Amino acid sequence: MDYKFDFNPVINGFPDLLMGCAGTLGLAFAGLLLSSVIGAVGVALRGSHIAPVRWTVIAFVELIRNTPFLVQIYFVFFALPLVGIRLDPTPTAIIALGVNGGAYAIEILRGGVQAIDKGQIEAGHALGLSKLQVFRLIVFKPALRAVFPSLASQFILLTLTTSIASAISAYELTSVAQRIESDSFRSFEVYGTVTFLYLAISTALLMGMSAIAQRMFSYPVK
Amino acid sequence: MDAFTLSQFLFLLKGLQWTVALSLIGLSLGAVAGLLIALARTSGFKTFKRITGGYIMLFQGTPLLMQLFVTYYGLALIGLKLDPWASVAIGFTLHASAFLGEIWRGSIEAIPRGQTEAANALGVNYLTRMRKIILPQALRISLPATIGFLVQLIKGTSLAAIVGFNELARSGSIVSNQNFKPLLVYAVVAILYFSMCWPLSLYGSRLERRLATGAR
Repeated sequence: MDYKFDFNPVINGFPDLLMGCAGTLGLAFAGLLLSSVIGAVGVALRGSHIAPVRWTVIAFVELIRNTPFLVQIYFVFFALPLVGIRLDPTPTAIIALGVNGGAYAIEILRGGVQAIDKGQIEAGHALGLSKLQVFRLIVFKPALRAVFPSLASQFILLTLTTSIASAISAYELTSVAQRIESDSFRSFEVYGTVTFLYLAISTALLMGMSAIAQRMFSYPVK
Repeated sequence: MDAFTLSQFLFLLKGLQWTVALSLIGLSLGAVAGLLIALARTSGFKTFKRITGGYIMLFQGTPLLMQLFVTYYGLALIGLKLDPWASVAIGFTLHASAFLGEIWRGSIEAIPRGQTEAANALGVNYLTRMRKIILPQALRISLPATIGFLVQLIKGTSLAAIVGFNELARSGSIVSNQNFKPLLVYAVVAILYFSMCWPLSLYGSRLERRLATGAR
């Protein structure tokens, strides 16, 4: 093996890579926000009394969960201009991430809502809690507690998925890495370093999530 | 040339073949390596546990796209001159081995410890205990999650397109560059992926429900 490692392009490009990390986190959090909205609305519609509404939500969830994100992001990328919406690659990527994450969120939240015991809601009313109190203390918080671990790991998956947004050249870590790589041809050094940056991001998010879980969802209930 | 012709559709099907081939290679080689990882994780040896734990963390904490890039360029770097498709297949094998290893570790640990103790008390050796007692039960428990991962893997093979490998998603890009009908082409591509993944997903959740009722 006579290959000489040269990390200079990585070192010189490190500020750019850190900006790329910020871009990745920006995409991930914006995607999380949008997918939470889609998830909440979707799970409400999923429980609708009108059958076609329910079927539409189910079809949406199954379609998104059984096709690759790469194909979804291309589809959004080409579909938006056709309906008259011209967006930069980064907002386009956020929409695709939000739609993708939203489908998974619907599925996870549905499990949480199903986990709630109807008897507890009745007990809450019997004890004279207001409707809002029942929703907050008996429905919302326990449901969120039940699904929080799944939501958290789904969020980390969403963060890793943002790397695919480089396919439409949205601004994030992978596209920054690809630019440095094509300038320097130090492919292994660049992608190796970026891999560890991603590992750092996902580890930090994981620790953040378990800190949140401990603060907000540990027993006894406050 | 701006119609979606039959020959273009056949071109997509050719890409589909590679998608299927990559998924099957990743699944079968990854299963062998994943089983070894699961056994090492549950062996009780600290060193094994740490190494495999780190390996799994690395693969679960980084994007699949980066894993493909690093194996692709890393293999060339250590002097292995491989076909692009061979290095992509190795990338998916490593990826699958980490995820399957973690899934199967969970199911091996889910088998009650009493069974291991009973086997030890009866003088059953490690290999026989694993082969005849633990693994058959663990496999049954792990099936829904394993099928779930297979769906992820099939979808994941689309990333080989970014590395330049000619599978279904890349065939889609090529065809849409020819006929300027990206929406139609990607819709067909999506339907092809869907028709592979959806039956598997349905089967997986059916198994999961059956296991859940069986355990009650």
